[in-house]
Formats: sequence, C-alpha cells, structure tokens
Amino acid sequence: MLAIVDSGGANIASVRFALERLGVQSELTADPAVIRAATRVILPGVGSAVEGMKRLQAKGLVDCVRGLTQPVLGICLGMQLLFENSEEGPTETLGLIPGTVALLPESPGITVPHMGWNTVLTGRDPGLLDGIGPDARFYFVHSYAAPVNAFTVASCDHGRPFTAIVQRGNFSGVQFHPERSGPAGARLLKNFVEGRV
Amino acid sequence: MLARRIIPCLDVRDGQVVKGTQFRDHEIVGDIIELAQRYRDEGADELVFYDITASSDGRTVSTDWVTRVARVLDIPFCVAGGIRSLDGARQILHGGADKISINSPALENPALITELAAEFGSQCVVVGIDSRQEGGDYFVKQYTGDPGKTQATRWRTIDWAREAQQLGAGEVVLNCMNQDGMRQGYDVPQLKLVRAVLGIPLVASGGAGTIAHFHDVFRLAGVDGALAASVFHKGTIKIPALKAQLIADGISIRP
Repeated sequence: MLAIVDSGGANIASVRFALERLGVQSELTADPAVIRAATRVILPGVGSAVEGMKRLQAKGLVDCVRGLTQPVLGICLGMQLLFENSEEGPTETLGLIPGTVALLPESPGITVPHMGWNTVLTGRDPGLLDGIGPDARFYFVHSYAAPVNAFTVASCDHGRPFTAIVQRGNFSGVQFHPERSGPAGARLLKNFVEGRV
Repeated sequence: MLARRIIPCLDVRDGQVVKGTQFRDHEIVGDIIELAQRYRDEGADELVFYDITASSDGRTVSTDWVTRVARVLDIPFCVAGGIRSLDGARQILHGGADKISINSPALENPALITELAAEFGSQCVVVGIDSRQEGGDYFVKQYTGDPGKTQATRWRTIDWAREAQQLGAGEVVLNCMNQDGMRQGYDVPQLKLVRAVLGIPLVASGGAGTIAHFHDVFRLAGVDGALAASVFHKGTIKIPALKAQLIADGISIRP
C-alpha cells in the first residue's frame, strides 16, 4: 500500500488523482502507524517550509518520516523538507539530506516564482527518469530551491542551477510536480511506484 | 530554459464554457471537461477557468467541477472568479486546482492577497487585473463580469500590479480590455510597461488573433505566458501549429 502523508497542504488531491490515473490505490493518512507500514510513501506539500514543518510537528510526524526505511518520494515542498534547513522562515527541516534551501534570486528575464515547464539535466541514470527522454519538460512552481550537492541526481537551471531530483538512500525528492507534468510526470510516478528508484 | 506558456482560458458561466466580445454577449462554446481534455491533448501548458459571473453576482464558484477537472487533467490549472476568502480558496485548492486567481475581491480587500500567500504560498496566488486604456494611461476596472456593474477604481494599472506583487501575489494576469475579443493583437506597449515593474511572472490576456500575435507578445513584451480563448475555442489557431511556429522562431516552448 502506498501512503500519501496528509501534511495538510494544497496539492494532495492532485497527487492522489495522478496515482488513480495510473491505477494505483493510495491512502491519504496522518497516522504514523499506517505510514510506517506502507510499502512506499509520498510526502507532498505546497506552501511555506515553516507551515509545512509546523503541520508535520502538529501531527507528530517528524520522527515518523525521519525514521522511514521504505522508498519515500518528496514532491515540491515535500522534497525541500528533506534537507537540513530552509531560509524560508527560516526553519530547521527534516535533515535527511545535507544543504539549505534558499530563495531563487530574480534578475532580468528570470521571474520568481519559477513557474512553468522546464527541462532537467542529469549526469547519471536515475531510475526515476527511466523511459523519459532528455528533452522532457516538467512543471515547476516554487520560489525556494535546494542547492546542487552530492545527492543531486538531476538539476534544473533558472538563473542559477538547483536540485530538480535528489536521492539519498531510500529518500528521493522532486522539485517539480510530476502529478501536473503530463506523460513525463506520469512515467516518473510509475517508476517510483514500480520500484525504479 | 523555462518555456513560455500557452494558456487557453475557459470562461465558465453556469457550468458551461462561454465566450463574449469585450466581456459582453456570451455564447456557449462547450463542456468544461471535454474542452479541458481537448486542450491538454493539443499541448496547452496550463488552463485557466474563469467564472465570469461569480464576482459581480457575489457568488463563489462551485467546487465539484474543480475536482472533476483535477481527476482527468495532468497539466496545471488555475481557477478564477468570486474567491473572496481563505476558506473559498482552500476549497478550490483542496479540490485539486493548482492556483487561484483573484481580481475584484483583491481590489475590495488588498490584504486578502497577503493572507492567501501566507496560507498557501505565493505560487498559488494569481492576481488578475482588468485594465482599460483611457487617455494616455491605463486604469484598473472592477466587476467586469457584468458590463452593467463594471466600475472604475482608484488604481493606475502599473501601481496596482506593483502593489499586488508587494502584497504577495505570485503571478499577474493582465487582461487588456480594449483588446479583449478583438483579435488585433496583444497590447504589447502596456504589457511591456507592466513587465518592467514586476519580478513575478506576467501573463498576457486579450487580443490574440494570429500566431504572429503570440510571437510578438513573447518577443516584444517579454511575458511568461499568453492567454487566449476565442481563437482556440473557434479553432482559428491550433495549439500544435502555434507551438511549432514559435519553436521555429526560436522561442522557448514545450513541444
């Protein structure tokens, strides 16, 4: 069973619908026992890092998520929360991946939020991108971004490079919204669900 | 490189997609789900559903169709019209919409922009601006869903756009009323002025008639997205042909 962590954010319905379109049943839950027992876990999220952490704390889910050993996929804010800190607040986040999430700077021709369809660059061959061509575009909508580091498996560029896909052990994360990224996004979710991480 | 967005706008009235000329004389053009799927299949980058009666009637949009759309659509969509509270916005975002757009309610209560941004994040909060050229300047209009109720505001367009960004808007959609439905091209000079004062994305609306108009608004006004309705609803411009031409012109576009 796949658990979607009910972190109270706004894009939870879209993630569930995207899984439904793939024929995958999921359970939206804030119950630590159900989350721990799931075969896979998705941590969605839209909104600010401070609010996201507050919601996880209020529901007693911080230690639960930190301790998960099955494949976990963070989406958008859910991915940012995997890092150590966010300048948005600022706030301490889950600390599963080193690095601080920071505001993308504006410049002429570079609008923030980074909103729209962009490509990602990968030097590796991540399972999440299995069957997805290098020209595929994903839908991004965010103002803060994680730095590129040793755990970055794909990066994106908007004024400066940032992490688009991250992976450390069983924890993966995508800055874009696969549930809103057409066939490429659907394939990425399918890769996660089928264990190609 | 980030792609410029092609955004069909579906004006919704009583559960049907409609389109009028210069905000008047609305005719029914089709079913919401059917049109949403058609535009997704043709390569739309995003969709906007705008309940044109909600604001002026004091109603909010019903959310059941939002969820129906969210179930079938795998591209982002924004819902506009009559959202005047955190609860109203929450219903729509939890229903599965990616963004909400506010227009007249933001003019009535600018603090709403800040409240929405604090609750859901700026990236969910779009401010729609209906702007009309009068004399040598541009001014914001309110309650444009009903010509009988349309009102002037105290705002110059450029000042309100700047204010909206300051208050926390994550995107501005600028509806240029003089051009709306006329198919004579986007208002490039006005969009350029507003583009220059914003650091957030700007979407052009009103005036699309030919593929060249899209080219011009991206190249000359530097907007992030171009919204259009009638040319898509009537099939005057096919999205695949539009995108192929823009790509051939060297504009960053999602194929």
